[in-house]
Amino acid sequence: MTSSIRRLCFAFVALSMLVAGRPAGAEDTIKIGYVDPFSGPFASGGDEFLKVFGYILQKVNADGGALGKKFELVPFDDKLQPAEALIALKNITDQNIPFVMQCTGSNVGAALVDGVSKHNARNPDNRVLYLNCGALATELTNEQCDFWQFRFTGNVEMRAVARIKALPMDVKKVYLLNQDYLFGQSIQHDTRKWLAKLRPDIEVVGDELMPFGKVQDFSSYVAKIKASGAQSVVTGNYNRDLNLLIKAAVDDGLNVRFDTYLAHLIGGPTAIGSAGEHRLTSITEFHPNVPVELKKPDAEAYSNGWRANHDTDFSEVPFLTMLQMLARAIDTAGSTDALKVALALEDMKATDLVGSPVQMRKVDHQLLMPYYAASFTKDVKYDAEKTGFGWKTDFIASTDDLTLPTVCKMKRPAS
Amino acid sequence: METVLISVLNGLVYGMLLFMLASGLTLIFSMMGVLNFAHASIYMLGAYLAFTVSRFVGFFPALIIAPILCGLIGAAIEIWGLRRVHHNGHIAELLFTFGLVFIIQRLVQMTWGMLPMAYRVPASLDFPLFVLYGANFPAYRGFMLLVSAAMLLGTWLLLKKTRIGLIIQAALTHPQMVSSLGHNVPRVFTTVFAGGCLLAGLAGVIGGNYQTTEPGMADSMGPIVFVVVVFGGLGSLAGCFVASIIMGMIQTFAVVIDYSIADLLRPMGLMLTGDTLLTEVLTVPVARIGALLPFVMMVTILFFRPRGLMGTRDT
Repeated sequence: MTSSIRRLCFAFVALSMLVAGRPAGAEDTIKIGYVDPFSGPFASGGDEFLKVFGYILQKVNADGGALGKKFELVPFDDKLQPAEALIALKNITDQNIPFVMQCTGSNVGAALVDGVSKHNARNPDNRVLYLNCGALATELTNEQCDFWQFRFTGNVEMRAVARIKALPMDVKKVYLLNQDYLFGQSIQHDTRKWLAKLRPDIEVVGDELMPFGKVQDFSSYVAKIKASGAQSVVTGNYNRDLNLLIKAAVDDGLNVRFDTYLAHLIGGPTAIGSAGEHRLTSITEFHPNVPVELKKPDAEAYSNGWRANHDTDFSEVPFLTMLQMLARAIDTAGSTDALKVALALEDMKATDLVGSPVQMRKVDHQLLMPYYAASFTKDVKYDAEKTGFGWKTDFIASTDDLTLPTVCKMKRPAS
Repeated sequence: METVLISVLNGLVYGMLLFMLASGLTLIFSMMGVLNFAHASIYMLGAYLAFTVSRFVGFFPALIIAPILCGLIGAAIEIWGLRRVHHNGHIAELLFTFGLVFIIQRLVQMTWGMLPMAYRVPASLDFPLFVLYGANFPAYRGFMLLVSAAMLLGTWLLLKKTRIGLIIQAALTHPQMVSSLGHNVPRVFTTVFAGGCLLAGLAGVIGGNYQTTEPGMADSMGPIVFVVVVFGGLGSLAGCFVASIIMGMIQTFAVVIDYSIADLLRPMGLMLTGDTLLTEVLTVPVARIGALLPFVMMVTILFFRPRGLMGTRDT
């Protein structure tokens, strides 16, 4: 017994020496610290994003990278915990990595905005730039905006505007059902706000927050929705909170639309399957049928390149746009210095994979970009996650549609 | 009225699913004196195995095969794991099963991936059984009720009416005596642990397509099953049954109740104005905190009746 324990200890010591002794990677790459959950209940997202970034980096690096160097991703697991993300940030700054990127969770995003801002104030010669690719809370580019954060995805409010503009005119009664935490509440708030502004003819017949990830049986919610007489359920729910809701509705025979924000998230189409036909819509940044609809064969080929080797779909066009814009900014700045790159990114105009114009707004560092409202149907060229059903664009909310006012009062660095 | 009736039916289905899961747990507890933290993980394994098996041989054979596989896994865990740590005391066993939770979770993720499985209700059961006030009652839910009722009856008969049940019950309370009488008590332990895991696996097979088969399903089911077992009384099968049904009903009914404590206070002349420290607590509708109620009930019962509804020994 003791000898086997001793042997185990030796093994660990040997292993740790092996890890420590490994050369710290070739020096001729531009490193990006990538913070996301790779373990725990949200690991599926982080895991998938990491693969997608691998695919995107192939293209960005093949296109020349920046300053003649290639990009390299250094992943850090934050378990979707702000405290873990700050430890990762410390790690990133200790290794002199100039960029920190994070794509899941506004609570983590808020911690990083704050952490990066403080770090940069204290260490002017080792600054980092926070590239936000998925912390969606509207506040992060409004009340809590910060010079060192750039958000390359639409915030909740932009998505809410796209969502409501995409509602068909014959929908007059909606039921709002959202998860009872920061993101769900912010969806609820912005949906109500923009419903009142854009579609005063719509009556909100139910407005409810449900416990996040805790509900096992949705049939009671379905009964409530049925009793309210709603034509559409507008919901920011995702993962099991959405899958179970739709399953329960189909089981019950309830005939309503599900106008969601996030049904297209990875795993959603597989879990929902045929239950979503003719009733499910979502607000996407991109889906594989967008290039077909817009007749962009290059983009279609790029999306297919992913499809050939994966069961999932390539929908992370903003990630690609982000890295392309970053590469350009580094080239313009002539270095990876956070301040110079930040100044180069401000007001930068670019076109995304399908050629739509996007712009990094200077006042709040929010990327202005289009959204595609799509419905779940058999009638498409490319199905989602090999389910036989795919996304078909109903409405395109253009970059201009989604250029919304901001209350950001940014403190800019002196130099 | 119609909402009440539909909620009763749905609460019953969910309660029975809880019972299938909790009954195995409570059996194992009464036998080994240890809460098996990994019980919900076996439930998850049951769902995944059923999904994989049903792709080859169809749903109904999988309904038999997957629980048996889970039972075998349970037996293996008992023989090569729990039995070895048993003499180090209950804490060691508890920690052992606690570790298993993460190992099984990770194994499942590595084998089947992180994404939900397309594990669906079989076509032969995918139709509305009857229509109640315009709401369909799916045949699959009826089938779930049937399976869980059959399981309840089967377990009860086995424990109360057979010789095996007699020995198991005796080994529960007087292991030394049973051993002296020439019975192999460790084997009885293995049988009970395997049996409990088999029931969890069965719950997984029919729960996996009722809900979604994904790596998070153990996490979402785990806490509530413990609440059921503690509330019903550790080791009591009847208490476990009553507690499961109560929890099922509470969770379905809570959603329908849109009132808050503030609404209760209003007729008494107490009005809430402005933002005080308690505004949020008092005005939150029951529907929003429905998932919390089982835990509130567990805390309450531990306060007033530590042995649970029908338990025979204190927690």
